[in-house]
Amino acid sequence: MSALRELYQEVILDHGKAPRNFGKPEHVTCESNGHNPLCGDTVTIYLHLDDGIVEEATFEGRGCAISIASASMMTEILKGKQLGEVSAMFERFHNLVTEDEAACEGGFDSEEFEKLMVLSGVREFPMRVKCATLAWHTMKAALQGGAEEVTTE
Amino acid sequence: MRSVATISENSAFDVARLRADFPILAERVYDKPLVFLDSAASAQKPQCVIDAVSHCYSREYANIHRGVYYLSERATQAYEDARVKVQRFINAASEREIIFTKSTTEAINLVAASYGGATLKEGDEIILSHLEHHANIVPWQLLRQRIGIEIKVVPIDERGNFLLEEFEKLLSPRTRLVAVSHTSNALGTITPAAEIVRLAHAQGTPVLLDGAQSVVHGPIDVQALDVDFFAFSGHKLYGPSGIGVLYGKADLLAAMPPYQGGGDMIKRVTFEKTEFADIPGRFEAGTPHIAGAYGFAAAIDYVSAIGMEAINAHERELLDYATARLQEINSLRFIGTADDKAGIVSFELDGVHAHDIGTILDREGIAVRVGHHCAQPLMDRFGITGTVRASFGLYNDKADIDALVRALGAVREIFG
Ligand SMILES: Cc1ncc(COP(=O)(O)O)c(C=O)c1O
Repeated sequence: MSALRELYQEVILDHGKAPRNFGKPEHVTCESNGHNPLCGDTVTIYLHLDDGIVEEATFEGRGCAISIASASMMTEILKGKQLGEVSAMFERFHNLVTEDEAACEGGFDSEEFEKLMVLSGVREFPMRVKCATLAWHTMKAALQGGAEEVTTE
Repeated sequence: MRSVATISENSAFDVARLRADFPILAERVYDKPLVFLDSAASAQKPQCVIDAVSHCYSREYANIHRGVYYLSERATQAYEDARVKVQRFINAASEREIIFTKSTTEAINLVAASYGGATLKEGDEIILSHLEHHANIVPWQLLRQRIGIEIKVVPIDERGNFLLEEFEKLLSPRTRLVAVSHTSNALGTITPAAEIVRLAHAQGTPVLLDGAQSVVHGPIDVQALDVDFFAFSGHKLYGPSGIGVLYGKADLLAAMPPYQGGGDMIKRVTFEKTEFADIPGRFEAGTPHIAGAYGFAAAIDYVSAIGMEAINAHERELLDYATARLQEINSLRFIGTADDKAGIVSFELDGVHAHDIGTILDREGIAVRVGHHCAQPLMDRFGITGTVRASFGLYNDKADIDALVRALGAVREIFG
C-alpha cells in the first residue's frame, strides 16, 4: 500500500477532484492540445502571455487523477512566471518524475516548486509517468506555438 | 491458499485441478498471488501448450513444405495436423477452408484486402456494428480509402444489445458484406449471429464474424452458423500469440486473389508470370509460425478435452457471481448488460478514472484491463473514455472475483 499512498497523496486527490484553473480564460495568447492515445485522455492548455510573463494559465480536459492533478498544479505554479523560469521548471519537473532522487536535486531553487514534489510518486509507476507529464509537454508546445496535437506516444 | 469453498460448484468442472495446469498462476506479483482477469486480451498458457512449443523447437523443428528430409516432413505433418484440428474444432467442411494467419487482425485485413478489394466497387456498402474492435473497423476504412465503399454501422442500445431490427433496416441491395463481432471484447455482448447471417443471406450478402472472443467462450460450428468468414486468434484460446485463423467457405476463398505474395503460395514462378497455389496455401505466403501451430494444436486438444460447453457453463457461473458481487458496490456502474453475455464485465466507479483503478488493482496483484479496449467508437457511444474490464477464462474461480471486489474496496479507501 505504501507506494500507492505515495502516489495518491491527499493533495493529488484533492487537485484531481477539484482542479484549479479549469476552463478557458478570456484572453488566450497561445494554447495547445495534448492526447494520450493509450487511455484516450485529453488536455488543452491555455496561456495568456504578456511581455514574457505568464499572466494566466488554465486548462480543460479529462483524465485520471494524476493527469488532472498535474495539470492543475502546473497552472497554479506557472502564473506570474517569466518564460525563462517556465523552461527551467519544465526540465526540473521532468527530472522529478523520471529520475531518481539525486538527479533532481539542485539546479532550480524554488519553495513553490516543492509543492510539485508530491507528484514524484509516479517514479515508482513507469506506466503512469506520461499521465503526469502530458500537461507539461502540452504547455511547452503551446509556448512554441505548435498547432499539432501533443501525444504521449 | 485457496479454500475448498472456492472450487466451482459446477461439479464436472474442477477448477482447482485446471489451475494447476497453468504455471503462471503460481506467480506472485508485488508479493501477492496473481489474480489474472484479463484473458480477453490474451489468455495464459497451460503446460501442455508450453511443452508443445518446446517440443517443436527441441525435437522437430525445420521449415515446412520445403525439405525432403525427416525433420521437415515431421514439422510439415504437425502443421497440417494443426489445420485439421482447427477444422474439426469449428466444424468446417474441409481443412482447405482453414487459413493460418498471424492473428484475427490479419485475418480480417486479408478479407478486406483480398475479398473486398476484388469484389467491392465504389458506392458499395458494408455493414459493421457499434461494438467492433478496431481490428474490424480500420481494415474497412483502408478499403474505403482505396475504393470508396460506404460503411454503415448497426447501433446498439443502452445495455449494449445489438439491434437486429436496425440491422435489417440497414441491409440494402447495395450491401456487399456484413462484418460484425460475434462477441464484444469490451462489453461481452453476444450478437445474434445466426439471425444476422440468415437476414444477410436472404439477399445474397456474405457475412464475416469476428470470432476472437466467441471462440474461447463456447462451441463454434461454422456450418451450423452458415457464416462465410470467421476470424480468431490462437493466443486468446490458450495458445501461442502470432498464429490465428481465417475460416472461409471454400468457394469464396477459391475465387479470391492472394493477399500477400511470396514463397509457399505459388505453383510456379517466372519473371513474366506466377501461378498461384490453391487454397489454403495461396493465402499463406512465407514461413509461418511453425511452433505456433504446435502450440495451437495442443491448446485445441486441451480445451476440447475439458469441453467448450463445460467451459461455457463455468464462465457463465463466474459472470453471474461477478455481476452479483459487483452490484453490491454502490458507486459502480456496469457498462454493458446485454441479454446474452460472455464472461466479460466492464464497469466504471463513480469519480475514479479507470486508469487509477487499474494501478491500484495492479498493486493488489490483480490484472484487469483499463481503457478503451480498442473500441473507441463504442466508448464514445457511452460518452466515456474507458472502463475497467474483468474477463474470465477457464482457470478463474470465485476467489478471483472476491479478490477483485476486495481490491475495489481499497480503491474506495484511497479515493473516498
Ligand atoms: C473482438 C476482437 N477482435 C479482434 C481482436 C484482435 O485480435 P488480435 O490482436 O489477436 O489480432 C481482438 C483482441 O483484442 C478482439 O477482442
